[in-house]
Amino acid sequence: MSEDKVTIKISKDVYEKAKQYIEKYGGFNSVEELVEFVLNEALSEEQGEAQRVYSKEEEEKVKERLRALGYI
Amino acid sequence: MVAMVSKPHGGRLVRRRATGKRLEALREEAKELPKIELPYDIAVDVENIANGVFSPLEGFLVQEDYLHVLYDMRLSNDVPWTIPIVLDVDPDEIVGVKEGDDVALTYNGKPIAVMRVEEIYGWDKKEYAKMVYKTTDTRHPGVAKTLEKKELLIGGPIDLIDHIESRFEKYLLWPEETRVLFREKGWKTIVGFQTRNAPHRGHEYVQKAALTFTDGLFINPLVGWKKKGDFKDEVILAAYEALIKHYYPKDVVVLAVLRTAMRYAGPREAIHHAILRKNFGCTHFIVGRDHAGVGNFYGPYEAWDIFDEFPDLGITPLFIREAFYCKKCGGMVNAKICPHGEEHRLKISGTKIREMLKKGEKPPEYMMRPEVAEAILRFDNPFVE
Amino acid sequence: MSEKEKTRSRYTTVSIPVTLYNRIKELIKGTGFTSVSQYVTYVLREIIAAHEEARYTEPFSEEDKKRIIEKLKKLGYL
Repeated sequence: MSEDKVTIKISKDVYEKAKQYIEKYGGFNSVEELVEFVLNEALSEEQGEAQRVYSKEEEEKVKERLRALGYI
Repeated sequence: MVAMVSKPHGGRLVRRRATGKRLEALREEAKELPKIELPYDIAVDVENIANGVFSPLEGFLVQEDYLHVLYDMRLSNDVPWTIPIVLDVDPDEIVGVKEGDDVALTYNGKPIAVMRVEEIYGWDKKEYAKMVYKTTDTRHPGVAKTLEKKELLIGGPIDLIDHIESRFEKYLLWPEETRVLFREKGWKTIVGFQTRNAPHRGHEYVQKAALTFTDGLFINPLVGWKKKGDFKDEVILAAYEALIKHYYPKDVVVLAVLRTAMRYAGPREAIHHAILRKNFGCTHFIVGRDHAGVGNFYGPYEAWDIFDEFPDLGITPLFIREAFYCKKCGGMVNAKICPHGEEHRLKISGTKIREMLKKGEKPPEYMMRPEVAEAILRFDNPFVE
Repeated sequence: MSEKEKTRSRYTTVSIPVTLYNRIKELIKGTGFTSVSQYVTYVLREIIAAHEEARYTEPFSEEDKKRIIEKLKKLGYL
């Protein structure tokens, strides 16, 4: 059983464009798959950056030092 | 097949100039067809469509596309498009014309194109003004012009059968020509500059700021309908020739005109201007403060913000701040790179420059290059009356 | 139906997992995007355009090109 889904509205024109794109270049079975893929990409980009560099606590430490030195 | 760097808008450069046998046949056909006489502004846009300046448009918008452009700023296939390109007619001009018929579009009585009438539909001019100009105030020159238009719109593809002579034939290049030109020059990045003004030092500054990072600069003045008090087209060209000759390196600039009317639609027109230059082969486009604005109808940075809504525009906007002369810096700078106060800054005002030129005076050198001012002052009356 | 409604009613829906939806909702907080729908529309347009940009060849032939170069030379552009 797949997990719960939620439906979101998108313009038909964009949907059609996405469908044509898939037909042309393949790689996805449906517009939904493509949407899921790009959203996951967006998430992993965002988190990849944050996680690779430092945790929230570490970031706070860095900020404190910058503040102490007068940079921010 | 010739590979190129930048792609025309919508993926394909439109060409709807009839040639050879087809041209002969259409010219013959046009003699017998119902005729619609076009005003100059629309006639030149017919030629723009035929030569791919408005790619991917192949004619005047049909209703579905018209409504999409009006409300979504996109064609019905989702391609960005912000200014409706429409043909307005009076019912009595098209008596007996049905959808599916051909009509001849004439200018000064001479057929210039054959149009396949796909659709005849009504439109709400006030709604058009509200959406495109964000106002229905008739003091806005675009609104006033829109409200004077005729009651019906007709949409459908056109085929060009004649060229409209220009006073500026030498400066009239089409997208397929500039695309070849840029490639022959070996340019990969080309920044487009839209203008309806003779160049002052501020314009020169933004152009050169952009040109520092691109291979070439495409200066593309609009010639056509302008409001009273604007520089005449021939003056703008003479002024640019002087500027390029004296202050630009050889072989980094192309100067060519675009015959189309200013709409003064601010942010929407900024996107429109960028799309047109993309079709000419530009990869970048300079968007000015209050680009294509008029009076106080638009906020100073509205024309910058609107680009956020178009991740798929296919041309990179360059937002360059207004330049001024700073006595402390000792040169042309902008607010982002100059730390000094207002008291050190000499603003360059287009209005002031025009006032001085009107009196036959040369503006100070920090405002306008002397060679440019001289070129302008050689005309008896450099301004639109 | 007004003119505006005619175009506005042209929407369709796609389903995505709830967890993904919630994470995106979190991601776009404070970014100017007002809904997940709006964000999805934006990224779809962006990715499709970026992909298609690279694939293009001019439609004109070598003869066209020669003719154009001749004209450009005559006008002094080349």
